[in-house]
This record gives sequence, C-alpha cells and structure tokens, in this order.
Amino acid sequence: MNWSWMLPETVSTYGPAIDQMYYVILVITGVVFFLTEGILIAFLILYRHKEGRKAAYIHGSTKAEVIWTVTPFLIVMWIALASKSSWDLVKNPANFPADAMQLVVTAKQYEWNVTYAGADGRIGTADDFTVRNQLHVPVNRAIRVNLRAEDVIHSFFLPDFRLKQDAIPGKEIPVWFEATRTGEFTLGCAELCGLGHYRMKGTVYVHTEADFQSWAASRAEEQQQ
Amino acid sequence: MSTAHLVSSLEGEDRTQPGYTGEEHHELSFIRKYVFSTDHKVIGKQFLFLSLFFLVVGGALAGMMRWQLGFPGQPMPGGGIFPDTMAPGGIILPEFYNSLVTMHGTIMVFFAIMPLLVGVFGNLLIPLQIGAPDMAFPRLNMASFWLAVPAGIVMLAGFLVEGGAAGAGWTSYAPLSTSSEWTGVYLGQQLWVASLIIMGFSSLTGAVNYITTVINMRAPGMTWFRIPLPTWSLFITAILILLAIPILTGGLIMLLFDQTIGTTFFIPAGSGEPLLWQHIFWFFGHPEVYILILPAMGIVSEVLACRARKPIFGYHAMVLAMISIAFLGWIVWGHHMFQSGMNPMLGTTFMISTVVIAVPSAIKTFNWLGTLWRGDIHFDTPMLHALSFVSMFIIGGLSGIFMASAPVDMYIHDTYFIVAHLHYVLFGGSLFGIFAGITFWFPKMFGRMMGEGLGKIHFGLTFIFYNMVFFPMHNLGVQGMMRRIYDPNEYEFLQPLQEMNTFISISVFLLVATQFLFAFNFFWSMFKGRQAPANPWNSNTLEWTVPSPPPHGNFAVMPTVYRGPYEYSSPEVEADFYPQNQPPPQADA
Repeated sequence: MNWSWMLPETVSTYGPAIDQMYYVILVITGVVFFLTEGILIAFLILYRHKEGRKAAYIHGSTKAEVIWTVTPFLIVMWIALASKSSWDLVKNPANFPADAMQLVVTAKQYEWNVTYAGADGRIGTADDFTVRNQLHVPVNRAIRVNLRAEDVIHSFFLPDFRLKQDAIPGKEIPVWFEATRTGEFTLGCAELCGLGHYRMKGTVYVHTEADFQSWAASRAEEQQQ
Repeated sequence: MSTAHLVSSLEGEDRTQPGYTGEEHHELSFIRKYVFSTDHKVIGKQFLFLSLFFLVVGGALAGMMRWQLGFPGQPMPGGGIFPDTMAPGGIILPEFYNSLVTMHGTIMVFFAIMPLLVGVFGNLLIPLQIGAPDMAFPRLNMASFWLAVPAGIVMLAGFLVEGGAAGAGWTSYAPLSTSSEWTGVYLGQQLWVASLIIMGFSSLTGAVNYITTVINMRAPGMTWFRIPLPTWSLFITAILILLAIPILTGGLIMLLFDQTIGTTFFIPAGSGEPLLWQHIFWFFGHPEVYILILPAMGIVSEVLACRARKPIFGYHAMVLAMISIAFLGWIVWGHHMFQSGMNPMLGTTFMISTVVIAVPSAIKTFNWLGTLWRGDIHFDTPMLHALSFVSMFIIGGLSGIFMASAPVDMYIHDTYFIVAHLHYVLFGGSLFGIFAGITFWFPKMFGRMMGEGLGKIHFGLTFIFYNMVFFPMHNLGVQGMMRRIYDPNEYEFLQPLQEMNTFISISVFLLVATQFLFAFNFFWSMFKGRQAPANPWNSNTLEWTVPSPPPHGNFAVMPTVYRGPYEYSSPEVEADFYPQNQPPPQADA
C-alpha cells in the first residue's frame, strides 16, 4: 500500500508551482500537527489525575489569546496570498498564453469529444474534426481548451497536469495547459454525472510536434473522405 | 403547560415567589407522556432514538458502498435480498451505488448528525443549563420532532419506489438532479427534495424555540457570560439554522419545480443557470458545516473543563470564536466552487475569507489545550471521546488548509482527500463529540450510569478503526482518486490503489461492528446500569443540581446563579467544584 504524501509526477508547465504550494502547506500543517498533538499527549501524561492533585485555578491569558490569534492569522494569510499567483496563472483567461493552440472539448454522458480546428486552424469551420475520448496534443506548446457540456455538469480532470475544471451546460469555459513531456496520460471526470460517471474517461496523448502534425493530417484526411 | 403559565414563567414571576414548589404534577396518558410529549427531555430522547436509528441506516449504506469499493463487482454477503434493480445476485449496480453515495451523505448530515447535536442536546441541555422549566414553546417543540419523523419516512421511501432513491449526490447538483433523463432516478429525486423541505421546517421550529428560550427564560443571575458553552454553541447554531435553512428550502422548492412543473431555474436549455443552484446550496451549505460542528465544540468544552477539573481556558475567547465563526461562515461558500466555472477573480476573494475562518478554529483548539494544561485529568469515557475530538479536529482543520488554497484544490477537489477531510471533521469531530455528549449526559437522561469498561473498549476500538478507515483516504486523494466513483479500477492509474481500498473497506466493517458494543452498552445501561446520583461527574452546571432524571418542570425551586459554569478547583471552596447555584460563603454569614 502506498502511504506516501508525495504527489505523483507532474507533466505540465505550471504543475511544479502547484506542487510546491502543496508541499509548503504539507510542511506547515505537518509541523503544527506534530506540535499540537505532541503538546496534547504531553499534557495528558503530565496532568493525569493523581490522589491529592488539585488543578490550577486559571481562567486564561489575554497574552496567549493574542499570540495564538495573530500567529495563525499571519500564516494562513500568507498561504492564501502565496497561492494567488499560480491560481491566476492557470484560471484567469487574461493570463493565458496568447499563441495557444485552440481546442473545443465537449462533455456529455459519458464521453469527451475533442474538436480540432483542421487545416485552416480555425474552429467552427467545415474542416473541423472531432475525436472521442482522445486528447492529442503536441509537447511544449500551450493548449487552450474551451470546455462545453451538453447535458449535465462534468469535470475535466487531468491529474498529471494538476488541472481540473467543471464543464457547465450553457457555458464555454476556457482553460489551458502545456505538456512538458510526451506520453499517455489520464483524462477523467471528477463530477458525479450519472450512472456511467465512473467510466467517463479518456486518454491524453502528448506527441512530439512532428508526430502531432502527422496525426492531425491523417485525421483531417479521414474527415475529408 | 397552559398559555397563562407559559407567560408567567417567561416573566419569571411566580417561580421566584417563596412557597413555589415547582410544576404541579399532572397525570398524563401514555400517549401524551411518551409519544406526543411537550416535555423537552422526552423530546430530546425521541430525537436521540430517531437519529441513532438513522445513524445505523447511514452506516449500513456506507458499509455497502465500501463493499463495492473494497471488492468491486463481487456479490455482497447477504446481498441476495436486494431486488435486481439494485444489486442483482448481490452485485451492486452503478445506479444503486450512486443512490448509496447520495443517501449516505444526506442521511448522515440531515437525519443523524444534525438531529443528534441540535435535536438531542438542544432539547436536553438548554432548559436545564439555563434553569428553565421547559422550552418557551413546548408544542412547537413537539411539532419539531413530529415533522422530523415524516421527513425521515419520505427520505427512506426513495428506496422503495421505481427508479430507486436519489442519486445525484447529497449536494444534488443541477441540472443532473432536475431530470430522470440524466439520473435514471424518477420519483426518488423528488422524494429527496420533499423530505428535506419537511426536515427544514422541523429544524426551523426547533431553532425559533431555542433562541427564544435562551433569550427569555434564563434563571436569575444567569447572565450571558455565565451560560455554559454547550448552550452558547446551541444558541449560535440555532441562529445559523434560522438564517440558513430558509435559503436551502427556497432552493429546494425551485429544484422541485424544475423537476415537476417545467420551470427552468437551473436548466440552461430554458436559459436557467446551473451555478445558481450551487450558490444557493453552498450559501446554505457552509453555515451548515458549522451547524454540524459548533454544538460538538460546546459539548467538548464542557466535558474537558469538568474532567480536567479546571476552568475552561479563555471562556470569553471561546464564545467570541464561535460568534466569529457564525459571521465568517456566511462569506466562504465559494471555496466549494473554486473549480465550478465561477469567475476566477472570486476564487481569490473566497480563498482569503476561507483562510481567515481557520483562525477561530485555531483559537478554540489552543484554548482546549490551555484547559488541559495543569489540570487534574480524569480519563472517563466521555473525556476520552472529548480528547479524541480535539486530536481529530486538529487533523480535519489542518487538512482543510490544503483545499483553501485554490490552486492546490484544483488537484485535490472532488478526490478522496476531501472525503478524508470532511470525515475527520464530521466523524472525528462531530461524532466523537456526540459520543462524549451521550456518555456524559446519559445518567441525566436515563437515571443510570453507562458501563464504563465497555464504554472504554468501544472508545478504543472506534478510535483505532476510525483512523484506519479515514487516514488512508488522504493518501488515495494525493494519488488522484476521484470521489463518487463506482469502480476505480476503470482507471488504469487507480488500479494500484485497490489494496488500500480493500484495507479501508475491511476497517469500515470493523468500525461498524464495534458500534454494536455501544448499542449493547446503551440499552443494557438504560435498564440495568448503576443508579446515577444527581451529579455523578461533580459538575458545576445547573442540570446536575436536579435529580437524574429530572422531574417534569425540572427545578423544584427556581435556581439562582452566582457564578460562571467552570469554577473548578476554586480556592474559595474545599471541593474541586463550585456549582453555579451554590451561594457564596458570605451569603451564609
């Protein structure tokens, strides 16, 4: 069994920044955990009932209250502010790379349909082509995914890329990612979407630029026929 | 109690007169005494039996869910009793699994934890701890319980109708929850909505009563800052219920209309907005999280101070922390929706408000540690449960910080990390708090002591198995395992986690089996336990100044309160406790 608190390898450009935030929180909460639980256990041993012992008649300490109000406040506030940059980087469309390759992913019970622009490089034209449950992307290139849903809410989850975004019917929600190495990765649904939710999955194929071009060309050709 | 009597007791006139000897004794029929009772203590016990029943139901649903996750696709032992629409040959179907997930969450939140904390301890403790003969509105109190019963029946009826019980999760996200076309659930989804609307009225009638009672019916000398912390916590909780439940009820009615009469509040095809449901649900739902933990915090504070024989550390800070939680709880709902598609700028705002609400929880934890510091700690069963509340709440609180960080939440949202977190708060927190409360006040409720040896064994095994169930769920979440997945093996990257899932499932079965010890101890002690004295724990608060169990009307003589509730080990008296109503020495002179 894997009792590890280490995250699996990440293969997106912003993955390491998110993982770093996770580890910072892990260290901070880990220290607080051992400190508080340690104090608790120490007190239970030191101050266990003994014949003739009388507890101290103490009602509190304003100084202590101030210390343990201000210290946690500063720590958690720092965590929130430190988290802001990677959040903005991933989710705020104003910060998306301008030259990203555009895709449309349409979720429906229980499949992911990925629409590519085709030869003209534009989505919404006749040469678009769509593949089911396969997300083919080139490595080292920003991909902008415009997420749609046809029926209910689904959630576009790329665990290896640290990306998760709900797809909402009636809306188009943009997200982006950039793969740092080639390989096959998981695309899952993370929002309960009906009885087939558990099998609503696809595969992310990260190709080299050349492989991707030839894959796209052959797909576009199939589409023509 | 007649209306005239109620008014006079609200004003507190006749009861302060010399010669007042408590409520006159009426002979009541069995039905009025035990079924349609207006006595807060009887209603508290009715809620106890009802919610313990639902705790068993919720546990059984969890057990079945864990069977599927531990042994996917294998026939459940004894599963042959289920119809083919649920588990043909004992093998759980995906649609039945979704119903199990949904009903486990709903029943535990609305029919087990909430009534255990609010219905049971609110009823039992508030009048007794503030020195009142009963609730302000005894008939409304009765209505509160008798609304909860049909709500429970309607909820369970979902399992009996065609299409099965609700299957859109306890959060019932629209538009999935709006149409059988998408869930495959027909009437069950509507019964779920109807049941929660009825249950909402039950909670509201209770809340109105608690608030009125605490404001108006305190005994002379029971100033706001002499109120014991369980009653403080229940008072604040009642205010949260009063403000939060109507929001849920409004949303539920809209959902019911979407399901039945063709409105499209949440359906985009009719230009509705799916996110509106989430905003409504979580605007109710986050205060609800605190409704589910604040009373347990109050109970634990009481038990810790009493069994450490020490004044609670920072009484005022404890009250202020609860009040600030009650305010901040309204501005953090968006952290449930970081990945929902709401404006990412809102994510930053909610991230900041969310981390701020960690502060009052930290204050409470440090004050509990301060209470133990230089105490004289007695390890009775209630104390063991209260201590494990503190240690488990620390874990649940700290794991929450991971989700508060929106980018980290992007990875762990809707994974088992969340399942671990919420159970560390709701089981490690609320349920251990409930066990502490039941074992602590059992003698007051039933006039007999609970078996201490069996109580300790139950505690020890529960503590171990509980951690074996929920701690590894953090690890599953870190590996990326999504929640509400019928068979994780569908995903190749989750297949190595099967061993851990099986380990968790076996631990769940052990955890459930351990609860039979509690059930046995509970019923055995009720009839055969040692007779309880009025004040078995040498506690200070007013409920321990009356016989166990207290008579109808509670106090023979209206108590006068001279001091705060946690004057343990005071130098003023020889004993290590100093009841709130004991006159100070100079009064004798």
